[in-house]
Order: sequence, then C-alpha cells, then structure tokens
Amino acid sequence: MNIAVLVKQVPNTTEIKVDKETGALIRKGIPTIINPDDLSAVEVALKLKATHGGKVHVFTMGPKSAESMLRELYARGVDDATLLCDKAFAGSDTWSTSLVLSTALKRHRFDLVIAGRQAIDGDTAQVGPQVAEFLGIPHISYVDEIRGVDATHCFLRKKEEKQSMHLKCPFPLLITVLDGIAKPRYMNMTHIFNNASRDVEILDNDALAIEKADLGIKGSPTKVKKTYAKSITKKTTAESLAPEDAAERILAVLREKGGMPDAL
Amino acid sequence: MRYDDGKDCFIYIQHEHGVIENGSLELITKAKELLSDTEENVVAVLLGTLDQNTHDTLADYGADAIIVCEHPDVSAYDCLNHAAVLTEIIETHHPKSFLFPGTVRGRELAPRISARVHTGLTADATRIELDNHEGQTHSLAITRPAFGGNLFATIITPDHVPQMATIRPGVFEMKKVNTPYAKRIDHTTDVELKSPIEIEAIIPKENDNASIADAKLIVSAGRGVKDCLDMVQHVAKTLNAELGASRALVDDGVVAKLSQVGQTGSTVRPLLYMACGISGALQHTAGMDKSETIIAINNDPAAPIFDVADLGIIGDAKEILTHLMRRLDVSNTP
Repeated sequence: MNIAVLVKQVPNTTEIKVDKETGALIRKGIPTIINPDDLSAVEVALKLKATHGGKVHVFTMGPKSAESMLRELYARGVDDATLLCDKAFAGSDTWSTSLVLSTALKRHRFDLVIAGRQAIDGDTAQVGPQVAEFLGIPHISYVDEIRGVDATHCFLRKKEEKQSMHLKCPFPLLITVLDGIAKPRYMNMTHIFNNASRDVEILDNDALAIEKADLGIKGSPTKVKKTYAKSITKKTTAESLAPEDAAERILAVLREKGGMPDAL
Repeated sequence: MRYDDGKDCFIYIQHEHGVIENGSLELITKAKELLSDTEENVVAVLLGTLDQNTHDTLADYGADAIIVCEHPDVSAYDCLNHAAVLTEIIETHHPKSFLFPGTVRGRELAPRISARVHTGLTADATRIELDNHEGQTHSLAITRPAFGGNLFATIITPDHVPQMATIRPGVFEMKKVNTPYAKRIDHTTDVELKSPIEIEAIIPKENDNASIADAKLIVSAGRGVKDCLDMVQHVAKTLNAELGASRALVDDGVVAKLSQVGQTGSTVRPLLYMACGISGALQHTAGMDKSETIIAINNDPAAPIFDVADLGIIGDAKEILTHLMRRLDVSNTP
C-alpha cells in the first residue's frame, strides 16, 4: 500500500505569549515543531506499512528550513520526503496550498493520503478536504481509528460530537486523523545515522507548473484584512483571601447565580 | 468558478432525526440581524425532508426562504453527495455568502465545496460583520482566532463568490424573531449521487460529556490542581456541574479530551464557570470568556485567567477546595 502523508512545520503555539502592554504577539525565539496531528498521521502510516507493506511518502509545503523536519521524519522511518518550496507559494491560503500539494501528489499514485486534522498555527482543518477535492477522491475527516484494511477498502471510525461512525470506503481516499489515533514513535538511532545525509526532494513551481495567478497572496481567494491580539479586558482585581473566606465568597456567588443545587 | 456578484446569505442546515443543529439556527439568527436593513435574504438550505415543524422552526429563527432538496440519497448526511448537491444549488442560485456551522460535519463538508467552486473559506470563525469592500455591498468580514487563540484575523473574500465560512457553534445566540413567512423553494437535483462511502454502524458516545457545551455550570481544572483532581470532581458532582479541563490536563492524559475547554476543545458559555488552577492562556479563555460569571482560583497573582474573571481569588486551590467541600457537604447533610 502506497501512502502519502501531508505534514506542516508550525511554531509551537503553546509557547507564544502576548505582550500585555502592546497586545502584540511575541514570536521571537518560538521553536518550530512538526504539527502534532501530522505526527500522528505519520505514525498511522508507518503502522499500516509495517502490516501491509508499501511505502510512506511525506509532503510538505514551506520554506527551505522545513527540510530539517523532513529529515526528522526519515529518522522515524518514512521512505520518501518532498518539500514544495517556491517564493511563489508564500502567503497562500488553504485553497492555494491545497492546489500546490495536490499537484505534487498527482505525480505519484497513492492508495491512501493521510493528513493531520488541523495545524496548530492556523486551526483550519481545510487543507485535507480541499486536497481530496483537487485529487478527485473521497475524504473522511476526524478519523480516530483505522479499524482495518483489505485489498480494496479501508474501514474507519470517524468521531463526531455525539457519536462515532464506522465507515467503509474504497481506495483511493484521503483521511484526516485526530492526534489520539496513534502515539508517535521515537526516532530510531539507526535511522538517524542512515539518513543524516539523505536528500530531500525539493520541487519548485518550475516542476509543478501551476498558473501563477492561483498562487500566493494574489492567487488566494481569502485575504487577511487585519490581525490583532486579543484585547485585555480586566474586569476585576484578584484578591488574596484566606481559604475559608474564599470558600464563603464562592458560595455567595453560587447562591446569587442559582448555581447551588436545590438540595443545598 | 466566479460569479459577478451574487445575492443573499445561504445557511447550511445540519439536522438529524428531525432535529436541527443549534449551530445552524444560531447562524440564521445572526445573519438575519446583520442583513435586516438590506435587500439581502437569509436562505436556509436543507437537504432532506422539510416537514411543517421544521419549516416553522427555520422561519421562527429568521429564515426568509428555505431551499430544500428531498432526494432520498441526500436525506442522511454524506459528505460527497451533500457537496455535489450544494455545489449545484450554488450554481443555480448564486448566493453572495454561504455559512456552515463549525461542527465536525460542517468542517468536513465546506472545504470540499470551496475547492470545487473556487472560492474563499474561513474556518471556525467567531465574529461576522458587514464589510463594504471596494463598493461590494454586504459582503462579510469574518474574524477567527489563530495561533492557538493568541491572534485574531479578519478575513475577507473580495473577488470570489460565494464567500464561505464555518462558524464555531455556541458563539452566537439563537433567538426567535418574527419572520412572518418563509418561502419554500424545491430543488430537484440532476447530479449523479454516487458516494462510495458506506456507513456500517453508528455508535452513540459512551461517555456522555458532550453536554459540556450546553452546561449551565462548569467546574474546570487546570495543571494547578492536578494533584487534587478528585476534589475538583467532587465539587463538580455536588453542584451538579460538568467537569471542564484545560488543554494541559488533557495533554497530560488525566482528563478526557471531551472535557477540554478552549480553542482546540469546546466553546462554552455557562451561567457560571469556576476555573481552578487554570492559568488562563488565550487558548483556554477563547473557549470560556463568554461565560456569564467567571470565578478563578490561582496562586499566581499575574495569572491571565484573572483578566476575564468576575471573582478572582489568589490562593491555594487545594486549601480553598477543602473548605468549599466542607461547607457544601455540611449543607448537603439533611
């Protein structure tokens, strides 16, 4: 089974802080990581490969510096890695990004394409489904278990708000997976040594030949009108209280707001 | 695909077993409020059976018209079949905007359509305003959180129609307004509905904590109370409150993901939210700052949770919970 995995290098958003004075994001020194959902996607792919054979090929769109992330994925056991890197791609929204990724995927034949549910910097969850549409294959989002695979079909569990669904879909298809689907493995020392100098395939738009009008800020249907950090709204001053006084104050608020159960 | 302008705001009506998803009704109310002084209509788009009760409900919340497709192959949700018929509806009626509830289904379905009709889609938005961009009347400016809730971005789609967005459920109020009459428009589909996805089984959620989004009272735990989580649970239980949690505790694996409140968890707006040992990173407060009353307990006076709290208590959460439990248990004894 040939599997493609879509990955993204992202800033570690839990480390991002807001300057309380100016309300601006402090981005300096924020480390980049592999998007957590994508790491789970890679793990699922590696597990499927271990059971059913085939190859795992990771794709990312990003700056040259994303190459280090792809090397790390070699060390986890993926077979091929492609970086889609061109100035023309910079500033692309999900529509344009999906066009780039799907154009690269079309150079190969994959049975299954796996993407993380969403990236922690953008949280859109749109690139997976849009890539599937551009490839003309079905997609299923929010998959939290691969229940099985046979010669022609994939059996999945999709998680919704109030229920789970067991779905069956023929190959080829694209799925987006929740991070709980698999716990990422550690990097393997042998893989690290064997792949230290291994090449990452880098494709620019000369290779992909996408209309320039569909790329970057200009080619993106959505435009960012403005961005702002959340305003700090100080409602009250916090008080230092003795524990018993604190408990009384909480009970008073509970009573006032009708939060006390009828029995109390 | 590009249209010259387009007219009206279309809303995808998610429904199951005759019950309409609140997220869809919230969007109808919001769109009606935004467009009430304009020539634009709010159009509910429902794939499935439109009975009188459903028709009345959609009108009650503000729909001016209802487009309905009763083809049996779209009566139940299927991403590919719904994408096919909704694309056909877009091509027939040329809406100016098309909004989807930011549910699992909405966020699975909307991107597929936006790719197909070549238009812009904004994900998981929390604010919509009218934006008269370069002479285009009544297009939308749609604001959404990014970078884990640390930043807000306002997105427009100036050159493509319809402008699409998924909107986070629970952000807008659903309110009955007086719409005297909603016109029914039947849509007969000509597309071949051939989704290869088969549903083998539907399994109801065992741990029914999905109610956290609807809870009136939430007692929520963060890393500061990791070592006394049982006390937080006890207080929640005594108060008949739902247990909530910060992402930190969920990531640590001590609380189920279903209980997570915040940017990557549930958005909640209870009457009362009590945050115990939660520092209040924007990723968390983005999901609870619309609660009517917020109580925060934290030992760090600089904790940002105090910025959104109505009652902020600097102190040891464990000691305070001990006293609270004692008082609650005393009053609980007949």
